[in-house]
Amino acid sequence: MMKASDLGPGHAFDAFNPALAAELLVRFIREEVTKVGFERGVLGLSGGVDSAVVAHLTARALGPENTYAVLMPYRTSDPTSVSDAQAVAEQLGIRTLLVEITPMVEAYFERFPDADRIRRGNVMARMRMVILYDLSAALRALVIGTSNKTELLVGYGTIYGDMAAAMWPLGDLYKTEVRQLAEYLGVPERIRRKPPTADLWVGQSDEEELGITYDVLDAILVELVDRRLTVEALVRNGYDEALVRRVAEMVRRSHFKRRTPLCPKISPRSIGHDFRYKRDWGS
Amino acid sequence: MRFAVALAQIRPVLGDVSRNLARHLEVIAQAAEQGADLIVFPELSLTGYYLEDLVPDVAFELARSEVVAALREASARHRVDVAFGGVEVAEDFRFFNSAVYVSQGEIVHVHRKLYLPTYGMFDEGRYLAAGDVVRAFDTRLGRMGMLICEDMWHPSSVYLLAQDGARILLCLSAGPGRGVRGETRLGSVEAWETITRSAAQAYMIYVVYVNRVGFEDGAVFSGGSVIVDPFGRPTVSAPLLDEAVLMGEVDVEEIRRARTVYPLLRDERLDLVLRELRRIYVRRYHLSPYDEGV
Repeated sequence: MMKASDLGPGHAFDAFNPALAAELLVRFIREEVTKVGFERGVLGLSGGVDSAVVAHLTARALGPENTYAVLMPYRTSDPTSVSDAQAVAEQLGIRTLLVEITPMVEAYFERFPDADRIRRGNVMARMRMVILYDLSAALRALVIGTSNKTELLVGYGTIYGDMAAAMWPLGDLYKTEVRQLAEYLGVPERIRRKPPTADLWVGQSDEEELGITYDVLDAILVELVDRRLTVEALVRNGYDEALVRRVAEMVRRSHFKRRTPLCPKISPRSIGHDFRYKRDWGS
Repeated sequence: MRFAVALAQIRPVLGDVSRNLARHLEVIAQAAEQGADLIVFPELSLTGYYLEDLVPDVAFELARSEVVAALREASARHRVDVAFGGVEVAEDFRFFNSAVYVSQGEIVHVHRKLYLPTYGMFDEGRYLAAGDVVRAFDTRLGRMGMLICEDMWHPSSVYLLAQDGARILLCLSAGPGRGVRGETRLGSVEAWETITRSAAQAYMIYVVYVNRVGFEDGAVFSGGSVIVDPFGRPTVSAPLLDEAVLMGEVDVEEIRRARTVYPLLRDERLDLVLRELRRIYVRRYHLSPYDEGV
Protein backbone atom coordinates (compact mmCIF):
# COMPACT_ATOMS: atom_id res chain seq x y z
CA MET A 1 0.00 0.00 0.00
CA MET A 2 1.21 3.49 -0.81
CA LYS A 3 1.26 6.16 1.82
CA ALA A 4 0.47 9.84 1.31
CA SER A 5 4.06 10.66 2.24
CA ASP A 6 5.21 8.79 -0.89
CA LEU A 7 3.44 11.29 -3.04
CA GLY A 8 5.53 14.35 -2.32
CA PRO A 9 4.29 17.79 -1.38
CA GLY A 10 1.04 19.37 -2.50
CA HIS A 11 -1.28 16.51 -1.63
CA ALA A 12 -1.95 17.23 2.00
CA PHE A 13 -5.26 18.50 3.32
CA ASP A 14 -3.64 21.01 5.64
CA ALA A 15 -5.69 23.86 4.20
CA PHE A 16 -9.04 22.27 5.09
CA ASN A 17 -10.90 24.55 7.48
CA PRO A 18 -12.79 22.37 9.98
CA ALA A 19 -14.34 25.29 11.89
CA LEU A 20 -15.93 26.65 8.73
CA ALA A 21 -17.02 23.19 7.58
CA ALA A 22 -18.61 22.53 10.99
CA GLU A 23 -20.52 25.79 10.87
CA LEU A 24 -21.85 25.11 7.37
CA LEU A 25 -22.80 21.51 8.14
CA VAL A 26 -24.58 22.40 11.39
CA ARG A 27 -26.60 25.00 9.53
CA PHE A 28 -27.22 22.51 6.72
CA ILE A 29 -28.69 19.93 9.11
CA ARG A 30 -30.74 22.46 11.07
CA GLU A 31 -32.25 24.13 8.04
CA GLU A 32 -32.87 21.04 5.90
CA VAL A 33 -34.48 19.18 8.85
CA THR A 34 -36.65 21.98 10.19
CA LYS A 35 -37.90 23.44 6.93
CA VAL A 36 -39.62 20.19 6.00
CA GLY A 37 -41.43 20.22 9.33
CA PHE A 38 -39.20 18.06 11.53
CA GLU A 39 -37.37 18.86 14.76
CA ARG A 40 -35.54 15.63 15.40
CA GLY A 41 -32.84 13.52 13.82
CA VAL A 42 -32.08 9.83 14.22
CA LEU A 43 -28.78 8.19 13.27
CA GLY A 44 -26.94 4.93 13.62
CA LEU A 45 -24.03 5.36 16.04
CA SER A 46 -21.39 2.70 15.43
CA GLY A 47 -18.46 3.74 17.57
CA GLY A 48 -16.56 4.87 14.47
CA VAL A 49 -15.44 8.34 13.55
CA ASP A 50 -18.03 9.13 10.85
CA SER A 51 -21.12 8.54 12.97
CA ALA A 52 -19.43 10.23 15.96
CA VAL A 53 -18.97 13.37 13.83
CA VAL A 54 -22.56 13.22 12.56
CA ALA A 55 -23.78 12.84 16.16
CA HIS A 56 -21.80 15.95 17.16
CA LEU A 57 -23.10 17.99 14.22
CA THR A 58 -26.70 16.85 14.72
CA ALA A 59 -26.60 17.57 18.45
CA ARG A 60 -25.33 21.07 17.69
CA ALA A 61 -27.89 21.59 14.95
CA LEU A 62 -31.03 20.24 16.61
CA GLY A 63 -30.06 20.05 20.28
CA PRO A 64 -29.05 16.88 22.17
CA GLU A 65 -32.66 16.34 23.26
CA ASN A 66 -33.69 16.06 19.60
CA THR A 67 -30.84 13.76 18.57
CA TYR A 68 -31.48 10.01 18.75
CA ALA A 69 -28.50 7.69 18.38
CA VAL A 70 -29.31 4.05 17.70
CA LEU A 71 -26.68 1.44 18.60
CA MET A 72 -27.25 -1.66 16.47
CA PRO A 73 -24.58 -4.26 17.20
CA TYR A 74 -24.43 -7.73 15.67
CA ARG A 75 -23.01 -10.67 17.60
CA THR A 76 -19.70 -10.43 15.68
CA SER A 77 -19.37 -6.67 16.16
CA ASP A 78 -16.33 -5.59 18.13
CA PRO A 79 -17.52 -5.17 21.77
CA THR A 80 -15.67 -1.86 22.02
CA SER A 81 -17.92 -0.48 19.26
CA VAL A 82 -20.88 -0.24 21.64
CA SER A 83 -18.83 1.19 24.50
CA ASP A 84 -17.21 3.77 22.19
CA ALA A 85 -20.63 4.75 20.82
CA GLN A 86 -21.96 5.08 24.36
CA ALA A 87 -19.01 7.29 25.26
CA VAL A 88 -19.85 9.64 22.37
CA ALA A 89 -23.53 9.72 23.35
CA GLU A 90 -22.68 10.48 26.98
CA GLN A 91 -20.26 13.23 25.95
CA LEU A 92 -23.04 14.87 23.93
CA GLY A 93 -26.00 14.12 26.18
CA ILE A 94 -27.97 12.74 23.24
CA ARG A 95 -30.63 10.04 23.53
CA THR A 96 -29.66 6.45 22.78
CA LEU A 97 -31.44 3.23 21.93
CA LEU A 98 -29.76 -0.17 21.82
CA VAL A 99 -31.31 -2.49 19.23
CA GLU A 100 -29.45 -5.78 18.69
CA ILE A 101 -29.76 -6.89 15.08
CA THR A 102 -28.54 -10.45 15.73
CA PRO A 103 -31.96 -12.15 16.15
CA MET A 104 -33.40 -10.49 13.03
CA VAL A 105 -30.38 -11.23 10.87
CA GLU A 106 -30.15 -14.85 12.11
CA ALA A 107 -33.85 -15.38 11.47
CA TYR A 108 -33.42 -14.25 7.90
CA PHE A 109 -30.39 -16.45 7.21
CA GLU A 110 -32.14 -19.56 8.49
CA ARG A 111 -33.72 -19.43 5.02
CA PHE A 112 -30.32 -18.92 3.30
CA PRO A 113 -27.78 -20.64 5.55
CA ASP A 114 -25.09 -20.74 2.84
CA ALA A 115 -25.07 -16.99 2.14
CA ASP A 116 -21.56 -15.57 1.85
CA ARG A 117 -20.28 -12.74 3.99
CA ILE A 118 -21.00 -10.08 1.36
CA ARG A 119 -24.67 -11.01 1.47
CA ARG A 120 -24.58 -11.17 5.25
CA GLY A 121 -22.94 -7.76 5.45
CA ASN A 122 -25.52 -6.24 3.11
CA VAL A 123 -28.40 -7.71 5.10
CA MET A 124 -26.92 -6.34 8.35
CA ALA A 125 -26.61 -2.89 6.80
CA ARG A 126 -30.17 -3.10 5.49
CA MET A 127 -31.53 -4.40 8.80
CA ARG A 128 -30.09 -1.27 10.40
CA MET A 129 -31.83 0.77 7.71
CA VAL A 130 -35.15 -0.94 8.57
CA ILE A 131 -34.68 -0.02 12.24
CA LEU A 132 -33.66 3.58 11.54
CA TYR A 133 -36.60 4.16 9.21
CA ASP A 134 -39.02 2.52 11.64
CA LEU A 135 -37.74 4.75 14.42
CA SER A 136 -37.88 7.70 12.03
CA ALA A 137 -41.65 7.21 11.88
CA ALA A 138 -41.96 6.38 15.59
CA LEU A 139 -39.94 9.39 16.74
CA ARG A 140 -40.89 11.76 13.93
CA ALA A 141 -37.19 12.15 13.26
CA LEU A 142 -35.36 12.37 9.94
CA VAL A 143 -32.64 9.78 9.28
CA ILE A 144 -29.29 11.54 9.22
CA GLY A 145 -26.84 9.49 7.15
CA THR A 146 -23.18 9.01 7.98
CA SER A 147 -21.71 8.28 4.52
CA ASN A 148 -18.70 10.38 3.55
CA LYS A 149 -17.54 11.57 0.13
CA THR A 150 -14.77 8.98 -0.17
CA GLU A 151 -17.01 5.96 0.36
CA LEU A 152 -19.83 7.45 -1.71
CA LEU A 153 -17.46 8.05 -4.62
CA VAL A 154 -15.91 4.59 -4.63
CA GLY A 155 -19.19 2.85 -3.77
CA TYR A 156 -17.99 1.45 -0.46
CA GLY A 157 -21.46 1.27 1.05
CA THR A 158 -24.66 -0.76 0.80
CA ILE A 159 -27.33 0.78 -1.39
CA TYR A 160 -30.58 0.99 0.62
CA GLY A 161 -28.50 0.00 3.63
CA ASP A 162 -26.08 2.38 5.31
CA MET A 163 -26.51 4.69 2.30
CA ALA A 164 -30.23 5.13 3.02
CA ALA A 165 -30.85 8.52 4.65
CA ALA A 166 -32.69 11.81 4.26
CA MET A 167 -29.36 13.60 4.00
CA TRP A 168 -25.61 12.98 4.08
CA PRO A 169 -24.01 15.80 6.10
CA LEU A 170 -20.56 14.30 5.42
CA GLY A 171 -21.29 13.63 1.75
CA ASP A 172 -18.98 16.43 0.60
CA LEU A 173 -16.12 15.64 2.99
CA TYR A 174 -13.39 13.13 2.29
CA LYS A 175 -12.51 10.64 5.02
CA THR A 176 -9.29 12.49 5.82
CA GLU A 177 -11.32 15.68 6.25
CA VAL A 178 -13.84 13.90 8.46
CA ARG A 179 -10.93 12.96 10.74
CA GLN A 180 -9.84 16.60 10.96
CA LEU A 181 -13.40 17.67 11.64
CA ALA A 182 -13.60 14.99 14.36
CA GLU A 183 -10.54 16.43 16.05
CA TYR A 184 -11.96 19.95 15.86
CA LEU A 185 -15.29 18.79 17.34
CA GLY A 186 -13.59 16.95 20.20
CA VAL A 187 -14.32 13.35 19.21
CA PRO A 188 -12.16 11.21 21.53
CA GLU A 189 -8.76 10.33 20.12
CA ARG A 190 -9.42 6.62 20.64
CA ILE A 191 -12.28 6.77 18.14
CA ARG A 192 -10.36 8.93 15.71
CA ARG A 193 -7.40 6.55 15.69
CA LYS A 194 -9.31 3.30 15.16
CA PRO A 195 -8.74 1.62 11.82
CA PRO A 196 -11.87 2.39 9.77
CA THR A 197 -14.19 -0.61 9.49
CA ALA A 198 -17.72 -1.45 8.41
CA ASP A 199 -17.63 -3.82 11.44
CA LEU A 200 -19.72 -6.42 9.62
CA TRP A 201 -17.37 -9.24 10.59
CA VAL A 202 -14.45 -9.62 12.96
CA GLY A 203 -11.29 -7.93 11.83
CA GLN A 204 -12.86 -6.25 8.75
CA SER A 205 -10.88 -3.23 7.56
CA ASP A 206 -11.91 -0.62 4.97
CA GLU A 207 -8.37 -0.04 3.82
CA GLU A 208 -7.62 -3.77 3.39
CA GLU A 209 -10.84 -4.34 1.48
CA LEU A 210 -10.25 -1.32 -0.74
CA GLY A 211 -6.57 -2.18 -1.12
CA ILE A 212 -5.53 1.41 -0.56
CA THR A 213 -5.16 3.76 2.40
CA TYR A 214 -7.63 6.61 2.81
CA ASP A 215 -4.76 9.10 2.59
CA VAL A 216 -3.83 7.93 -0.89
CA LEU A 217 -7.40 7.29 -2.02
CA ASP A 218 -8.50 10.79 -0.99
CA ALA A 219 -5.51 12.38 -2.68
CA ILE A 220 -6.36 10.59 -5.94
CA LEU A 221 -10.06 11.45 -5.69
CA VAL A 222 -9.32 15.13 -5.08
CA GLU A 223 -7.20 15.19 -8.24
CA LEU A 224 -9.69 13.27 -10.38
CA VAL A 225 -13.00 14.62 -9.09
CA ASP A 226 -12.42 18.06 -7.60
CA ARG A 227 -9.46 19.23 -9.67
CA ARG A 228 -10.56 17.37 -12.83
CA LEU A 229 -7.08 16.12 -13.66
CA THR A 230 -6.81 13.28 -16.17
CA VAL A 231 -5.46 9.86 -15.26
CA GLU A 232 -2.47 10.64 -17.50
CA ALA A 233 -1.73 13.84 -15.58
CA LEU A 234 -1.82 11.95 -12.27
CA VAL A 235 0.60 9.37 -13.64
CA ARG A 236 2.91 12.18 -14.79
CA ASN A 237 2.70 13.55 -11.24
CA GLY A 238 4.04 10.27 -9.90
CA TYR A 239 0.95 8.21 -9.06
CA ASP A 240 0.87 4.53 -9.86
CA GLU A 241 -1.10 4.13 -13.09
CA ALA A 242 -2.82 0.86 -12.20
CA LEU A 243 -3.92 2.28 -8.87
CA VAL A 244 -5.33 5.47 -10.39
CA ARG A 245 -7.19 3.50 -13.06
CA ARG A 246 -8.63 1.20 -10.42
CA VAL A 247 -9.90 4.16 -8.39
CA ALA A 248 -11.41 5.80 -11.50
CA GLU A 249 -13.11 2.50 -12.33
CA MET A 250 -14.52 2.16 -8.80
CA VAL A 251 -16.10 5.60 -9.18
CA ARG A 252 -17.64 4.72 -12.54
CA ARG A 253 -18.91 1.27 -11.58
CA SER A 254 -20.57 2.49 -8.38
CA HIS A 255 -22.35 5.43 -9.97
CA PHE A 256 -25.68 3.57 -9.94
CA LYS A 257 -25.62 3.71 -6.14
CA ARG A 258 -25.58 7.48 -6.18
CA ARG A 259 -28.56 7.84 -8.51
CA THR A 260 -32.27 7.19 -8.19
CA PRO A 261 -33.51 4.06 -10.02
CA LEU A 262 -33.75 4.16 -13.80
CA CYS A 263 -37.14 5.14 -15.14
CA PRO A 264 -38.13 4.72 -18.80
CA LYS A 265 -38.93 7.74 -20.91
CA ILE A 266 -42.11 6.92 -22.82
CA SER A 267 -44.56 9.66 -21.80
CA PRO A 268 -44.47 13.43 -22.42
CA ARG A 269 -43.03 14.12 -18.97
CA SER A 270 -41.12 11.50 -17.07
CA ILE A 271 -39.62 11.21 -13.62
CA GLY A 272 -35.84 11.35 -13.79
CA HIS A 273 -35.85 12.91 -17.26
CA ASP A 274 -37.87 16.07 -17.71
CA PHE A 275 -39.92 16.39 -14.53
CA ARG A 276 -37.40 18.50 -12.66
CA TYR A 277 -37.91 19.93 -9.21
CA LYS A 278 -35.65 20.23 -6.22
CA ARG A 279 -36.47 18.31 -3.05
CA ASP A 280 -36.86 21.64 -1.29
CA TRP A 281 -39.73 22.55 -3.64
CA GLY A 282 -42.06 24.77 -1.57
CA SER A 283 -39.99 24.72 1.61
CA MET B 1 -27.62 64.29 -1.34
CA ARG B 2 -27.62 61.44 1.09
CA PHE B 3 -30.07 58.61 1.34
CA ALA B 4 -30.56 55.49 3.40
CA VAL B 5 -30.41 52.03 1.85
CA ALA B 6 -31.68 48.83 3.44
CA LEU B 7 -30.01 45.60 2.39
CA ALA B 8 -32.68 42.91 2.66
CA GLN B 9 -30.59 39.78 3.07
CA ILE B 10 -33.49 37.35 3.23
CA ARG B 11 -34.04 33.60 2.86
CA PRO B 12 -36.64 33.08 0.13
CA VAL B 13 -38.77 29.93 0.15
CA LEU B 14 -38.31 27.91 -3.05
CA GLY B 15 -41.36 28.25 -5.24
CA ASP B 16 -43.68 29.86 -2.65
CA VAL B 17 -44.34 33.33 -4.06
CA SER B 18 -47.09 34.26 -1.60
CA ARG B 19 -44.92 33.52 1.44
CA ASN B 20 -42.04 35.41 -0.14
CA LEU B 21 -44.26 38.36 -0.98
CA ALA B 22 -45.45 38.49 2.64
CA ARG B 23 -41.81 38.55 3.75
CA HIS B 24 -41.05 41.38 1.30
CA LEU B 25 -43.95 43.46 2.61
CA GLU B 26 -42.84 42.84 6.20
CA VAL B 27 -39.25 43.89 5.46
CA ILE B 28 -40.40 46.94 3.49
CA ALA B 29 -42.58 48.13 6.38
CA GLN B 30 -39.78 47.50 8.88
CA ALA B 31 -37.04 49.19 6.82
CA ALA B 32 -39.28 52.15 5.92
CA GLU B 33 -39.98 52.57 9.63
CA GLN B 34 -36.22 52.81 10.17
CA GLY B 35 -35.99 55.53 7.54
CA ALA B 36 -34.91 53.62 4.43
CA ASP B 37 -35.25 55.47 1.12
CA LEU B 38 -34.35 52.39 -0.91
CA ILE B 39 -34.70 48.69 -0.08
CA VAL B 40 -32.77 46.17 -2.14
CA PHE B 41 -33.70 42.47 -2.16
CA PRO B 42 -31.61 39.61 -3.59
CA GLU B 43 -31.86 37.88 -6.96
CA LEU B 44 -35.11 35.91 -7.42
CA SER B 45 -36.22 37.17 -4.02
CA LEU B 46 -39.88 36.38 -4.79
CA THR B 47 -39.27 32.83 -5.94
CA GLY B 48 -36.10 31.21 -4.63
CA TYR B 49 -33.23 30.15 -6.86
CA TYR B 50 -33.21 26.51 -8.01
CA LEU B 51 -36.57 26.76 -9.75
CA GLU B 52 -36.07 24.30 -12.61
CA ASP B 53 -39.56 23.30 -13.80
CA LEU B 54 -41.17 25.74 -11.36
CA VAL B 55 -40.19 28.63 -13.64
CA PRO B 56 -43.54 28.93 -15.46
CA ASP B 57 -45.48 28.50 -12.19
CA VAL B 58 -43.81 31.40 -10.39
CA ALA B 59 -43.49 33.81 -13.32
CA PHE B 60 -45.26 37.16 -13.35
CA GLU B 61 -46.43 39.39 -16.17
CA LEU B 62 -45.16 42.80 -15.13
CA ALA B 63 -48.25 44.73 -16.13
CA ARG B 64 -50.84 42.29 -14.78
CA SER B 65 -49.22 40.67 -11.75
CA GLU B 66 -50.91 41.16 -8.39
CA VAL B 67 -47.60 40.41 -6.71
CA VAL B 68 -45.85 43.21 -8.57
CA ALA B 69 -48.84 45.46 -7.88
CA ALA B 70 -48.56 44.74 -4.16
CA LEU B 71 -44.90 45.78 -4.19
CA ARG B 72 -45.66 48.90 -6.20
CA GLU B 73 -48.39 49.76 -3.75
CA ALA B 74 -46.02 49.20 -0.80
CA SER B 75 -43.44 51.52 -2.39
CA ALA B 76 -46.09 54.25 -2.61
CA ARG B 77 -47.57 53.68 0.85
CA HIS B 78 -44.19 53.63 2.62
CA ARG B 79 -42.57 56.24 0.36
CA VAL B 80 -39.63 53.99 -0.34
CA ASP B 81 -38.02 52.68 -3.54
CA VAL B 82 -37.74 48.90 -3.81
CA ALA B 83 -35.58 46.65 -5.99
CA PHE B 84 -36.62 43.00 -6.01
CA GLY B 85 -36.07 39.89 -8.08
CA GLY B 86 -38.36 37.40 -9.76
CA VAL B 87 -39.18 35.52 -12.93
CA GLU B 88 -40.75 37.70 -15.60
CA VAL B 89 -42.68 36.21 -18.49
CA ALA B 90 -42.54 38.36 -21.60
CA GLU B 91 -45.28 38.79 -24.19
CA ASP B 92 -43.57 36.23 -26.38
CA PHE B 93 -43.63 33.79 -23.42
CA ARG B 94 -39.92 33.82 -22.81
CA PHE B 95 -38.99 33.71 -19.13
CA PHE B 96 -36.40 36.08 -17.68
CA ASN B 97 -34.54 36.28 -14.40
CA SER B 98 -35.41 39.93 -13.76
CA ALA B 99 -34.69 42.69 -11.28
CA VAL B 100 -37.47 45.25 -10.93
CA TYR B 101 -37.09 48.77 -9.52
CA VAL B 102 -40.30 50.36 -8.25
CA SER B 103 -40.80 53.84 -6.84
CA GLN B 104 -43.89 55.78 -5.79
CA GLY B 105 -46.15 53.05 -7.12
CA GLU B 106 -44.53 52.86 -10.57
CA ILE B 107 -42.11 50.48 -12.24
CA VAL B 108 -39.06 52.58 -13.01
CA HIS B 109 -36.81 49.96 -14.56
CA VAL B 110 -36.53 46.25 -15.29
CA HIS B 111 -33.20 44.53 -15.81
CA ARG B 112 -33.20 41.07 -17.36
CA LYS B 113 -30.19 39.00 -16.35
CA LEU B 114 -27.67 39.08 -19.18
CA TYR B 115 -25.48 36.12 -18.32
CA LEU B 116 -27.22 32.92 -17.27
CA PRO B 117 -24.69 30.60 -15.65
CA THR B 118 -25.14 27.14 -17.13
CA TYR B 119 -22.20 25.15 -15.85
CA GLY B 120 -21.14 23.39 -12.68
CA MET B 121 -23.89 23.79 -10.10
CA PHE B 122 -25.87 26.20 -12.30
CA ASP B 123 -28.45 25.41 -14.98
CA GLU B 124 -30.20 28.71 -15.67
CA GLY B 125 -29.84 28.61 -19.45
CA ARG B 126 -32.03 25.50 -19.59
CA TYR B 127 -35.01 27.30 -18.11
CA LEU B 128 -34.56 31.00 -18.78
CA ALA B 129 -33.89 33.44 -21.61
CA ALA B 130 -31.01 35.92 -21.39
CA GLY B 131 -31.66 39.65 -21.48
CA ASP B 132 -29.78 41.69 -24.03
CA VAL B 133 -30.06 45.23 -22.77
CA VAL B 134 -27.99 46.91 -20.07
CA ARG B 135 -28.99 50.50 -19.29
CA ALA B 136 -28.56 52.98 -16.50
CA PHE B 137 -31.81 54.59 -15.36
CA ASP B 138 -32.85 57.72 -13.51
CA THR B 139 -34.53 57.52 -10.12
CA ARG B 140 -35.54 60.13 -7.55
CA LEU B 141 -32.32 59.07 -5.74
CA GLY B 142 -29.99 59.50 -8.70
CA ARG B 143 -28.92 57.54 -11.76
CA MET B 144 -28.54 53.85 -11.10
CA GLY B 145 -27.80 50.56 -12.78
CA MET B 146 -28.91 47.06 -11.84
CA LEU B 147 -27.12 43.78 -12.42
CA ILE B 148 -27.94 40.26 -11.33
CA CYS B 149 -25.24 38.03 -9.83
CA GLU B 150 -23.36 36.46 -12.78
CA ASP B 151 -23.69 39.74 -14.75
CA MET B 152 -21.20 41.19 -12.29
CA TRP B 153 -18.58 38.59 -13.25
CA HIS B 154 -18.52 40.15 -16.71
CA PRO B 155 -16.71 43.45 -16.13
CA SER B 156 -18.16 44.79 -19.39
CA SER B 157 -21.59 45.00 -17.68
CA VAL B 158 -20.27 47.31 -14.98
CA TYR B 159 -18.23 49.26 -17.53
CA LEU B 160 -21.29 49.92 -19.70
CA LEU B 161 -23.44 51.02 -16.76
CA ALA B 162 -20.73 53.34 -15.47
CA GLN B 163 -20.28 54.88 -18.92
CA ASP B 164 -24.06 55.23 -19.13
CA GLY B 165 -23.93 57.42 -16.04
CA ALA B 166 -24.85 55.05 -13.22
CA ARG B 167 -23.67 56.37 -9.86
CA ILE B 168 -25.14 53.60 -7.82
CA LEU B 169 -24.92 49.99 -8.91
CA LEU B 170 -27.39 47.56 -7.38
CA CYS B 171 -26.32 43.95 -7.64
CA LEU B 172 -29.04 41.45 -6.72
CA SER B 173 -27.46 38.10 -6.06
CA ALA B 174 -28.11 34.46 -5.18
CA GLY B 175 -24.48 33.55 -4.75
CA PRO B 176 -23.80 30.05 -3.39
CA GLY B 177 -21.00 29.67 -0.87
CA ARG B 178 -18.35 27.08 -1.57
CA GLY B 179 -14.73 26.36 -0.85
CA VAL B 180 -13.70 25.26 2.64
CA ARG B 181 -10.20 24.30 1.58
CA GLY B 182 -7.29 26.65 1.30
CA GLU B 183 -9.02 29.76 2.62
CA THR B 184 -9.77 31.15 6.01
CA ARG B 185 -13.28 31.95 4.81
CA LEU B 186 -15.56 30.69 2.07
CA GLY B 187 -13.68 31.03 -1.21
CA SER B 188 -16.73 32.38 -3.01
CA VAL B 189 -17.19 35.13 -0.39
CA GLU B 190 -13.65 36.38 -0.94
CA ALA B 191 -14.24 36.45 -4.69
CA TRP B 192 -17.32 38.62 -4.25
CA GLU B 193 -15.42 41.03 -2.00
CA THR B 194 -12.79 41.46 -4.71
CA ILE B 195 -15.37 41.99 -7.44
CA THR B 196 -17.58 44.48 -5.59
CA ARG B 197 -14.63 46.52 -4.31
CA SER B 198 -12.85 46.67 -7.64
CA ALA B 199 -16.08 47.67 -9.44
CA ALA B 200 -16.68 50.53 -7.01
CA GLN B 201 -13.07 51.66 -7.11
CA ALA B 202 -12.61 51.46 -10.87
CA TYR B 203 -15.67 53.58 -11.66
CA MET B 204 -16.06 55.67 -8.51
CA ILE B 205 -19.57 54.38 -7.97
CA TYR B 206 -21.46 52.97 -5.01
CA VAL B 207 -21.96 49.23 -5.23
CA VAL B 208 -24.91 47.90 -3.28
CA TYR B 209 -24.54 44.12 -3.25
CA VAL B 210 -27.37 42.09 -1.76
CA ASN B 211 -26.95 38.33 -1.54
CA ARG B 212 -29.51 35.89 -0.17
CA VAL B 213 -29.01 33.28 2.55
CA GLY B 214 -30.44 29.84 3.27
CA PHE B 215 -30.09 26.35 1.82
CA GLU B 216 -31.74 24.85 -1.24
CA ASP B 217 -31.16 21.11 -1.63
CA GLY B 218 -27.87 21.32 0.24
CA ALA B 219 -26.48 24.35 -1.60
CA VAL B 220 -25.88 27.28 0.77
CA PHE B 221 -26.29 30.92 -0.18
CA SER B 222 -23.73 32.87 1.73
CA GLY B 223 -25.10 36.37 2.33
CA GLY B 224 -22.37 38.91 3.05
CA SER B 225 -24.35 41.78 1.52
CA VAL B 226 -22.38 45.01 1.46
CA ILE B 227 -22.32 48.64 0.44
CA VAL B 228 -18.99 49.64 -1.08
CA ASP B 229 -18.27 53.35 -1.38
CA PRO B 230 -16.73 55.03 -4.47
CA PHE B 231 -13.25 54.64 -2.97
CA GLY B 232 -13.74 50.86 -2.84
CA ARG B 233 -14.28 50.73 0.93
CA PRO B 234 -17.07 48.62 2.42
CA THR B 235 -19.20 50.88 4.62
CA VAL B 236 -21.66 48.34 5.98
CA SER B 237 -21.45 44.57 5.76
CA ALA B 238 -24.16 42.06 6.63
CA PRO B 239 -23.21 38.83 8.36
CA LEU B 240 -22.52 35.67 6.41
CA LEU B 241 -25.22 32.98 6.31
CA ASP B 242 -27.81 34.69 8.55
CA GLU B 243 -30.86 36.69 7.56
CA ALA B 244 -30.40 40.41 8.18
CA VAL B 245 -31.92 43.73 7.22
CA LEU B 246 -29.04 46.14 7.35
CA MET B 247 -29.19 49.90 7.05
CA GLY B 248 -26.50 51.83 5.21
CA GLU B 249 -26.05 55.12 3.45
CA VAL B 250 -25.25 56.46 0.00
CA ASP B 251 -23.69 59.92 0.01
CA VAL B 252 -23.43 61.56 -3.41
CA GLU B 253 -20.77 63.88 -2.00
CA GLU B 254 -18.49 60.83 -1.72
CA ILE B 255 -18.93 60.20 -5.45
CA ARG B 256 -17.93 63.80 -6.18
CA ARG B 257 -14.89 63.49 -3.91
CA ALA B 258 -13.81 60.18 -5.42
CA ARG B 259 -14.16 61.49 -8.94
CA THR B 260 -12.23 64.63 -8.08
CA VAL B 261 -9.35 62.64 -6.63
CA TYR B 262 -9.46 60.01 -9.36
CA PRO B 263 -10.87 61.55 -12.58
CA LEU B 264 -10.76 58.20 -14.33
CA LEU B 265 -14.22 58.48 -15.85
CA ARG B 266 -13.27 61.87 -17.29
CA ASP B 267 -10.25 60.24 -18.92
CA GLU B 268 -12.11 57.23 -20.24
CA ARG B 269 -11.77 56.93 -24.02
CA LEU B 270 -14.96 55.56 -25.48
CA ASP B 271 -13.71 56.22 -29.03
CA LEU B 272 -10.66 54.07 -28.42
CA VAL B 273 -12.75 51.29 -26.88
CA LEU B 274 -15.26 51.38 -29.73
CA ARG B 275 -12.55 51.36 -32.41
CA GLU B 276 -10.69 48.46 -30.89
CA LEU B 277 -13.84 46.53 -30.09
CA ARG B 278 -15.04 46.95 -33.65
CA ARG B 279 -11.72 45.59 -34.94
CA ILE B 280 -11.91 42.61 -32.57
CA TYR B 281 -15.55 42.07 -33.40
CA VAL B 282 -14.89 41.98 -37.16
CA ARG B 283 -12.10 39.45 -36.68
CA ARG B 284 -13.98 37.30 -34.15
CA TYR B 285 -17.06 36.90 -36.37
CA HIS B 286 -15.20 36.89 -39.72
CA LEU B 287 -17.09 39.94 -40.95
CA SER B 288 -16.19 41.98 -44.00
CA PRO B 289 -16.10 45.78 -43.96
CA TYR B 290 -19.26 45.70 -46.08
CA ASP B 291 -21.31 43.83 -43.47
CA GLU B 292 -24.09 45.72 -41.75
CA GLY B 293 -23.03 47.49 -38.58
CA VAL B 294 -19.30 47.30 -39.25
